[in-house]
Amino acid sequence: MTKFEILGKNDTRSGFGVGLLEAGQQNPNVVALCADLIGSLKMDAFIKEFPERFFQVGIAEANMMGIAAGLTIGGKIPFTGTFANFSTGRVYDQIRQSIAYSGKNVKICASHAGVTLGEDGATHQILEDIGMMKMLPGMTVINPCDYNQTRQATVAIAKYEGPVYLRFGRPKVPIFIKEDMPFVIGKALKLVEGNDVSIFATGHLVWEAVLAEEILREKGISAEIINIHTIKPLDEKAILDSVAKTGCAVSAEEHQMNGGLGDSIAQTLATHSPLPQEYVAVKDSFGESGVPEQLMEKYGLNAAHIVEAALKAIDRKRKK
Amino acid sequence: MAEKKSVAELKAIASQVRRDIVRMVHSCQSGHPGGSLGCTDFFVALYFHEMNHDPKFNMDAKGEDLFFLSNGHISPVFYSVLAHSGYFPVKELATFRKINSRLQGHPATHEHLPGIRIASGSLGQGMSVAIGAAEAKRLNKDDSFVYVLMGDGEQQEGQVWEAAMYAPNHKLDHLIATIDWNGQQIDGPTAKINDLRDLRAKYEAFGWEVIESNGNDMEGILAALQKAKSLAGKGKPVMNLMKTEMGAGVDFMMGSHKWHGVAPNDEQLAEALGQLEETLGDY
Repeated sequence: MTKFEILGKNDTRSGFGVGLLEAGQQNPNVVALCADLIGSLKMDAFIKEFPERFFQVGIAEANMMGIAAGLTIGGKIPFTGTFANFSTGRVYDQIRQSIAYSGKNVKICASHAGVTLGEDGATHQILEDIGMMKMLPGMTVINPCDYNQTRQATVAIAKYEGPVYLRFGRPKVPIFIKEDMPFVIGKALKLVEGNDVSIFATGHLVWEAVLAEEILREKGISAEIINIHTIKPLDEKAILDSVAKTGCAVSAEEHQMNGGLGDSIAQTLATHSPLPQEYVAVKDSFGESGVPEQLMEKYGLNAAHIVEAALKAIDRKRKK
Repeated sequence: MAEKKSVAELKAIASQVRRDIVRMVHSCQSGHPGGSLGCTDFFVALYFHEMNHDPKFNMDAKGEDLFFLSNGHISPVFYSVLAHSGYFPVKELATFRKINSRLQGHPATHEHLPGIRIASGSLGQGMSVAIGAAEAKRLNKDDSFVYVLMGDGEQQEGQVWEAAMYAPNHKLDHLIATIDWNGQQIDGPTAKINDLRDLRAKYEAFGWEVIESNGNDMEGILAALQKAKSLAGKGKPVMNLMKTEMGAGVDFMMGSHKWHGVAPNDEQLAEALGQLEETLGDY
């Protein structure tokens, strides 16, 4: 048995949709923009309730980012919605100059991140977005793990002043974060206490880490599972406290190994407490078409790969 | 809110702003004097006559007209006009492009310089930002105007046309855009680099109300901006195609792209200042 009960199954983008409506109900300054992907982003409920606070920009993501930046001048809190690929790589310079460098209170909400986008293939499966966004000074980067946490994160970022990149996905995945669990931007969430290895996971890989914990437990290994929903600012204290106890780390993310959560953790360990770390991430490769489970397996992103990485990290620790 | 200046006063201010521009780019030996000089009369007309604005500076500017500079490289004219309008001390112009200055090479909000509401310099983004600000004003039931200035070379950026398509479709009729139509860009005449062809026909086809003006004639600028305002409120954004002379006011900087991004040396500075009357006192 995993340490978490499956409460249901839904996509994280639907968590965004309900969170956006809730944020809109809480604050009349919340507005939303979309670049011709309302259905994919689950923005219908917000649009139905607040038609005058929604801006359909069409297939023009660069313009959408600029309009969002402009809307903040006048006190609005804009949430942009499109696929993660078109939310980042396509509009990097617009985000850099008009939003990040200008310090604008824009929430860049990005669905269909990673290989679990599935059949559309590599043109749409961005695996570099966390890296691009975390490199921008002042940008907060959040990658929630299930429907409930995505809803929590969406509501939380509306109350936070500053640019945010919120990353979520397409497939229906287990819901296991209880509604009353805390969500604080920049604060890691410890899901399972353990002593032998620290597994730091973000996004869809958090559930895989929960599954891996069960497999490791059956092997007599006690894994600590920490949900790093906020990649920037990184909760360095939670990471260092955990590895002080376990002595080794695994990072797990649906992203390139280069520039993702793993690198942020490696930076923390290298500068404060050098210890063995193994990466569960995509190894310098583009994705491809397929169903999410097949892709997670092929690109080394499921529970079995986390188990393998954990065993390797523990082995390296013991050989030190 | 500032009082409206007379045409004679506006011309006197413009002369001082031109002196500031050449002195600023000379002092740091970098920057873009040509486009700055060409747009000086337009900036002076906006900030000292047309716009309802408050130099006490509030980012949200509710109830105020807004101006966005998309072609951020002509920052010298923007800074000089903001300083003379009272947004920050005129003597701060001496820090332009130097270390620890609020007057960055291209305009930025990062150092909190009053009067700047968005960073610009990477071209093509300003009209989108102006559209967003105009949408916010509409939501806030604020019928003030939103102005944006773009370069003509900048029209080669794709994002400009995304924005050009959006504004008329969303009936943003308090948006007044101007193109600094000097026919020059860094590498040469726009007609040779990537010809803009018929800008009027392009914007009309996108659904804009298009007017044309002479951006180096103070009365002509005021008349054009009055016309633009009179066309507002009728469901269409207004595009002011403004012919200017790059380098206007300094004879050896006019008529070519060569002074787009080059600073004058000591002799050239003296020659330029000899052509521009000091009306408000040099910083």
